[in-house]
Amino acid sequence: MIEAFRYTFPTDMMYPYITGLVAGAFIVSSLYHVFHKEEYAPIGRFALLTSLAFLLCATMPLLNHLGHPERAMNIMITPHFTSAMAGFGVLYSFYLVVLVLEVWLVFRPDIVRLAQTLPGWKSLPYRLLALGVDDLRPETLALDRKVITILATIGIPAACLLHGYVGFLFGAIKANPWWSTPLMPIIFLFSAVVSGIALLIVLYQFVAKVRGDEISQPCLRGLARWLWYFQIQTITLELLEIITLAYERNEEWEIIAPLITHQLAFSFISVQMILGSLIPFILLMLAVLLDRYLHAKVRNTLTFTASLLLLIQVFSMRWNVVIGGQMMSKSLRGLRDFHPEFLAKEGVLAAILLFAIPFVLLYGLAKLLPPFGRAHQTS
Amino acid sequence: MAGAAITVALLRITPAQAAEHAIGMLPGTNYDPEEHLYAYVIDITKCIGCGMCVQACSRENKVPDHFFRTWVERYTVSEQGEVIVDSPNGGKDGFKPITPGFKVAKSYFVPKLCNHCANTPCTQVCPVGASYNTPEGVVLVDPKRCIGCGYCVQACPFGSRFINPVTKTAEKCTWCYHRVTKGMKPACVEACPVGARMFGDLKNERDPIRKIVTEAHLAILQPEKLTKPRCYYLGFDKEIR
Repeated sequence: MIEAFRYTFPTDMMYPYITGLVAGAFIVSSLYHVFHKEEYAPIGRFALLTSLAFLLCATMPLLNHLGHPERAMNIMITPHFTSAMAGFGVLYSFYLVVLVLEVWLVFRPDIVRLAQTLPGWKSLPYRLLALGVDDLRPETLALDRKVITILATIGIPAACLLHGYVGFLFGAIKANPWWSTPLMPIIFLFSAVVSGIALLIVLYQFVAKVRGDEISQPCLRGLARWLWYFQIQTITLELLEIITLAYERNEEWEIIAPLITHQLAFSFISVQMILGSLIPFILLMLAVLLDRYLHAKVRNTLTFTASLLLLIQVFSMRWNVVIGGQMMSKSLRGLRDFHPEFLAKEGVLAAILLFAIPFVLLYGLAKLLPPFGRAHQTS
Repeated sequence: MAGAAITVALLRITPAQAAEHAIGMLPGTNYDPEEHLYAYVIDITKCIGCGMCVQACSRENKVPDHFFRTWVERYTVSEQGEVIVDSPNGGKDGFKPITPGFKVAKSYFVPKLCNHCANTPCTQVCPVGASYNTPEGVVLVDPKRCIGCGYCVQACPFGSRFINPVTKTAEKCTWCYHRVTKGMKPACVEACPVGARMFGDLKNERDPIRKIVTEAHLAILQPEKLTKPRCYYLGFDKEIR
């Protein structure tokens, strides 16, 4: 079939994966900053930095994908508003502003303190970051906290919009029956929250191990509950979509059935459904339902393993949506194979690098604005 | 007058060109897009699968190898309704006989190209407006504006678009806009030895295509998508998608 000459890009699916992590991490930070759940205090600030690090990298896969990245800003300068994609610049910029403001306010007491206490040139970045404000009076900090709550409250729908919108980009393509469903934005959103919580559980345990800190069990317990809840929602929606398609047996099922049982058999059935959904579901069920009988080490291991598997699940879900959708011929008459190249512009290596950058950035951010330690109590 | 003066000043064109521009003509010609509405008719019963149209299109539009603005598909249907569809190299080199493994009930060739839809999803999704509909019903891409995001490639239900590997912009059939605005036919229509491809102007009362489009029993691809294609098919079969 002629349509087989279309492109498929591995880095394409890094964009929904990374924005999903942004939204998910932000929701976790909001548990502390909006709902003031004290058990999440150890991770509230780190979750914010994680969200920022990934948000700063969210456009990289897109820029790498564009044929003319030098014209990328045209989406914002001369947007064509009938296109779902034209809203990206507005949503992204709005969310970036909200997040940067919130990060600044949350870390302001530390920035001011470091600017005043560090010697010589070491204090320079903090003096710059303080923006000339060194007021740490209790009433100013109280006002800061109010603004943080407002910003974090605005940030929740903004994060949901940013990622739900990514789902809409796929869900609104009527030419592709594997994408075209109103469930797509909501599936993307729920799986985004899953990936964000999972990433934070993994990173939190990793960082605590490296720093020699004790892992806060109330924090982990709470995160495991939320993770289990959102995982159940996600898997229910994902299965609902397939079951409806299979039961209705419309024209598109003729192509989607072979797609998921042949072309995507490994990544959909084995990875997304069994390894990434069923196993973590059982692990988290144990962690949540048997909570009171669990030793801290067992809880750590259960949640860490489940989170790692769920990160793989969400990754495979993005893969199956993005790559799977491009495997079908437009006339729904046939499927093609896909063999990712390693060194191509949008190959496997590029995808790995694109995914590594936010972690490097997060390391840098955490060095600059230490998210752990006693300081978190001030925000 | 003021508008024309500004146009002259800003675009650095002659006053005569500005006047043509103001009344909707293509500069340097006496061609007025508003006076035309094009349509394309494919007679499946006539197509012999020779591939001359694909070759002509490739040459006329310098289409890169293995990419196609127009292509020909061969449908082979068994008595039980099994269907095999193939299009080796877009049908450019013709078709070799196949042994499908079933008793063939019918077989035919289906030329395909951009449908130049009136209600087109590809221009709808273009984030910068590089894809657009002309007054004559042609869907075009401005390569100077296209950012190469490929969203239109995904949005087209007919697989008519691709990203040109050289220019890195979206590309598709233009109905040879550079030819038809000079009164010529598209290259594929010109090259077809059996008259399976027809092109004409619905606003021209003497154009034979007007009679076909208004009176013949025509079919379109994927009518359920409601994209309102301007490519019509004669001799359509239920297996064609």
